[in-house]
Amino acid sequence: MKKKLLSVLLTTAVLAGTLAGCGNSNSGGSSDGGTSTDAPAADAPTADAPAAEGGDAAAASSDEGKVINIYSFNDELRTRITAVYPAIENTSDDGTVSTLNDGTEIHWIINPNQDGVYQDKLDEALMNQADAAADDKVDLFAAELDYIVKYTDADVDVAMPLSDLGINPDSDLADQFAFTKTVASDANGVQRASTWQACPGVLVYRRDIAKDVFGTDDPAEIGKKTADWATMKTTAEELKAKGYYAFSSYADTFRTYGNNIAGPWVEAGSSTIKVDQKILDWVTDSKDWMDAGYFDPTVTGQWTSDWFTAMSSSSKVFAYLFPAWGIDTQMVPNWDGAEGSWAVTNAPLPYNWGGTYLVAATGTDNPGHVKDIIMALTGNQDNLTKVAKEYTEFTNAQSVMEAAASNDEFNSAFLGSQNPYGYFADSLSSIKMAPLSSYDQGCVELIQNAFGDYLQGQIDYDTAKSNFETAIIERYPEITEIQWP
Amino acid sequence: MQKKRKLVNYAKWGYIFILPFFASFLIFSLIPLVDTIRYSFYEYFRSGIKEIGPNFIGMANYASLIESDMLKYAGNTLILWLIGFIPQIVIALTLASWFVDVRMKIRCQQFFKVVIYLPNLIMASAFAMLFFTLFSKSGPVNSILMSLGVISEVIDFMRTALGVRSLVGTMNFLMWFGNTTIMLMAAIMGISPDIFEASEIDGCNSMQRFFRITLPLIRPILAYTLITSIIGGLQMFDVPQILTNGQGNPDRTSMTLIMFLNSHLRSKNYGMAGALSVYLFIVSGILCFIVYKITNDNDPDGSKAAAKAKKKRGGR
Repeated sequence: MKKKLLSVLLTTAVLAGTLAGCGNSNSGGSSDGGTSTDAPAADAPTADAPAAEGGDAAAASSDEGKVINIYSFNDELRTRITAVYPAIENTSDDGTVSTLNDGTEIHWIINPNQDGVYQDKLDEALMNQADAAADDKVDLFAAELDYIVKYTDADVDVAMPLSDLGINPDSDLADQFAFTKTVASDANGVQRASTWQACPGVLVYRRDIAKDVFGTDDPAEIGKKTADWATMKTTAEELKAKGYYAFSSYADTFRTYGNNIAGPWVEAGSSTIKVDQKILDWVTDSKDWMDAGYFDPTVTGQWTSDWFTAMSSSSKVFAYLFPAWGIDTQMVPNWDGAEGSWAVTNAPLPYNWGGTYLVAATGTDNPGHVKDIIMALTGNQDNLTKVAKEYTEFTNAQSVMEAAASNDEFNSAFLGSQNPYGYFADSLSSIKMAPLSSYDQGCVELIQNAFGDYLQGQIDYDTAKSNFETAIIERYPEITEIQWP
Repeated sequence: MQKKRKLVNYAKWGYIFILPFFASFLIFSLIPLVDTIRYSFYEYFRSGIKEIGPNFIGMANYASLIESDMLKYAGNTLILWLIGFIPQIVIALTLASWFVDVRMKIRCQQFFKVVIYLPNLIMASAFAMLFFTLFSKSGPVNSILMSLGVISEVIDFMRTALGVRSLVGTMNFLMWFGNTTIMLMAAIMGISPDIFEASEIDGCNSMQRFFRITLPLIRPILAYTLITSIIGGLQMFDVPQILTNGQGNPDRTSMTLIMFLNSHLRSKNYGMAGALSVYLFIVSGILCFIVYKITNDNDPDGSKAAAKAKKKRGGR
């Protein structure tokens, strides 16, 4: 009896011990988290076997891997590629796997941008790239303009030069806007990424509010009222008199300042952050506007539910500052009123905001497919025309965009049959691309956060400054100094 | 002789049975733990996707943590924990003694027990998201208060230190008071009914019964609650993280220690994060030791001194 009791006890101890071991593994502060990616490695040889017989299809050579892993931060890339890449036969209902006509599968690995999740996962995968099994390797990934420099850096070498894929940027991508090619190149001028969109910002306003306040909703007339910041302020005053807000919040105007800075946040090779005068102008102007009541007080930042609510028909917000993608991905889903209630005109200050770049990962086992996808989405004028028509995107093809401005086929139903391309093109022609650094994303996010508290009246100006310094050094430990203008 | 050999055999099986625990502990807990401590003496982080280090820098991480706002975050953590813990322990003790009191004859006890435990079943992050939506500027709480005429202007809960802290405290209270109640009920039910009967015959009123009998006799469970709550409080992370989007708004007044640690891990700064973990380890070690000492203080004549100590702790 005693023995039995003992054995029962010991068995329990073993089970409990095993479980306890599992539980503890999560709480270890510094555990790597790399283990999960190793697991599928064992499947690789079996997955390779049918590859030899299954190669019945077109473009790519048959000695390529059977899985193309595409990392992205939202659905946008998948819908765009699906729209233009003819080899895709079908996509699973949950949107995670697409099958090509040669049997190759595209695995869409989507992690949200917020809180750096996307880059964390991508970095982890890229750092394991060399050891990963062929079908687990990252083949293609999306990078936003805010952090593209991090990946196109020649020393890091995670992004394949386009020329290595067999794409000649000078001839194959000749129709792209020059600045999109510049920002996608490393310090030596080698282009390592390619995009299908250029992102000149415009002002998108509510037609009904415009009629109510100014008696007209004609984009040309409204454009005069939003020509520069001084005029915009008088306009805001008029809007306020009728109970409307010019913009939803100070975060909306940030990009017009922040993307027109004179020097990069951090010079290459330096560890000093230089805060541009433009940023501080944004703070003072925003405080002015805030105190004057030109912003919707319920909205305290972008990408929040309050912000999205302010895009709906019940809102009193007159206008948003957005490039083309913002209209399609943010405004269309959040607008609940009649179609055609918005229109586009020139922003007080031209600026470029964002852009999703396609990057071929070094070590990809599907270079042929990757090349096809990049070319289909970013270097094919028919496809770029299609994307522009379907999603009202300002696509990265100069000739197509020039033609679009005077072609009624490009009118947008959401914008009340307005053709916005003239305004996009005007904005683009006067953009001076802000110099990039690999610290842009953290700087932009944290400075808005720190000064958000100040603008809301929570803390004083100097506390906001020191809060930014604390936060930025936490994010980037190698930063040694912050210089204010 | 033969008997002895048999005993040795059994001992061998014993070790074999506990081997899996020690093996998994070694791999999943001890090695990461030692690594954490080791890296705390190194400069080791990632810049972009370039790895910097590990370079040995001695105590520099510890020094720069002391210079940073770590103590402020420790204070935040303590405040957030207290806001949640005080109502939690008071309500839990009251409910527990009501539920087990035969004379009160509470109906549907099982139902109430389930209901008060329910918040604990919701994932903390989901709970925080829910509160975030409820208390946002255009959220239902503000609109209800407005339409009732209680307030004339919307309250921005997320932009005041008081607002965020009380929300975090409320959430922690709601999530954990059911759990504590059930544990304390078990403890009170473990007290022999004879003692309660005897006290009643001696003319004890319910207050006396609670402070002189119930409290001293559930001391071990109370101590356990306190220790787990302190450790849980030190590790407070998910609720404030989700509620403030990882920023500890406003003005970093709701930034807890683990959120601070997490923001170091954004840059994979294993050195700094390791040093912070070591500090946390030391602090929780000291706290546990103090509580252990207090609760194991052998009180020769039993209840009185213990009851007093308990009373103090209960009211803290």
